[in-house]
Amino acid sequence: MIITRQKPIDDILKCLDGIEKVFIVGCTQCATICKTGGEEEVKSMRQVLEGKGKKVTAAEVWDTPCNLLEVKKRFRDGKDAISGSGAVLVMSCGDGAHTVCAGTGMNVVPANDTLFLGQSERAGRFNEVCALCGDCTLFMTGGYCPNALCPKGLQNGPCGGAKDGKCEVNPEIDCGWLLIYNRLKDAGKLDNMKKIMPPKDHSRSIRPRRIIVDAVRKR
Amino acid sequence: MTLKEKISSRKFIITSEIGPPKGIDVKSNLEEALMLKDRVDAVNVTDSQSAVMRLGSLAVSRLLKEEGVEPIYQLTCRDRNRIALQSDALSAAALGIENVLVLTGDHPSRGDHPAAKPVFDLDSVQLINTLKGLETGKDMAGKELKGVPSFCIGAVVNPGADPLEPELIKFEKKVKAGASFFQTQGVYDVDAFAAFMDKVKSFDTCVIAGIILIKSPDMARFMNKNVAGIFIPDKLIEEIENAPDRQHKAVEIAARTIKDLKGLAHGVHIMSLGWNKLVPRILDKAGL
Repeated sequence: MIITRQKPIDDILKCLDGIEKVFIVGCTQCATICKTGGEEEVKSMRQVLEGKGKKVTAAEVWDTPCNLLEVKKRFRDGKDAISGSGAVLVMSCGDGAHTVCAGTGMNVVPANDTLFLGQSERAGRFNEVCALCGDCTLFMTGGYCPNALCPKGLQNGPCGGAKDGKCEVNPEIDCGWLLIYNRLKDAGKLDNMKKIMPPKDHSRSIRPRRIIVDAVRKR
Repeated sequence: MTLKEKISSRKFIITSEIGPPKGIDVKSNLEEALMLKDRVDAVNVTDSQSAVMRLGSLAVSRLLKEEGVEPIYQLTCRDRNRIALQSDALSAAALGIENVLVLTGDHPSRGDHPAAKPVFDLDSVQLINTLKGLETGKDMAGKELKGVPSFCIGAVVNPGADPLEPELIKFEKKVKAGASFFQTQGVYDVDAFAAFMDKVKSFDTCVIAGIILIKSPDMARFMNKNVAGIFIPDKLIEEIENAPDRQHKAVEIAARTIKDLKGLAHGVHIMSLGWNKLVPRILDKAGL
């Protein structure tokens, strides 16, 4: 899931400065779960903006703003309200904001900052556990990703900065390599850790990445 | 004899360390180095230590060499990708610097430019491998080098790591990758160090024990609380606390520790934290 956090309202208002009519778009998926773009948040954003004297042309939650075809369809259906607005305030991830811009050609203002690809541990608590490196080695590291869990992304063991099992960068979080070590040890797989891992191939994650899935195209 | 030759001949190695300034005034660096010149085998030059931006370790290493002091060029993975790391290692070799101490490096968020992009393209094990590769005349991409460097590659190990096993696993990888000497985190508990040396004796590598001067009780408590793998026993802290002359006491403790380490370690690396002028006295007292 894509984890987002709403920008401070003053920052959002600054982006909307001089704009009278605003069309608000939320998202039924990740942003709903993150409470940054579900029905409730879209509604309360409407109230805030109206309180500041803006006219909200519509406040909708789309399924989903990161889907270009869906955005284009919504744009066709609600063209007058959208085109008649000075901006579309997108309460989703950056992908949604980007896609709404691409599909409507409108002035898009992102309401959220997009933080990371996250695991939902429990309601309201999200953890970054995958760094989207494009070269998964979880089978070697006991299911814990050193790229995501170690701030240095080390491939061959801990850096020596961990204190009482906690990371030197943030004593609130566990040392990723100690997690890996403990799990491999329990599983009797410490040999994995003894192998020298080669440097990552960063050419696999050159931005912007694009993929064409033939199996989907042929359907 | 070079450091490499001394290591091969199993001489007891003595090293110390200087930190380049923030700026370009190296006068006090060079004064310190000259003070150490006839007493130590080599002097480490730190690479923007603690992720605090400073004059480069390569430049200061070269300046030391010009003064006749053998430098150990510290090279961290923090700020350079594999292109820059290889290039800097070649630059060192071209400047006549053979000793390279490879470290991961502190995370930039801990230093004075916390907004900097952390690099860590390679880790310390991979960097050691890379330097060994350069010695075979090829770069990481397999391309031939014009003029082949030769290094004396060092690495670090923390005998006080808790748990110790993951540290030992990484230590073994560094040995296999080609490190020919190790400098350790500060040692205060000689018995614990002896236990560590017993665990690594089969690797037959050169382990140089770290000595960090205890300048004050506050510093000792701070290190115990914040520095991984450091454990300064209360008894030592009390000793410093009650000493009429702290510099004198710091020298005494360091010299005592070095004496105790003589049969165990293959050398000592004295990190004086700005008190390099005390190093000759420490060595005198330790009988070195």
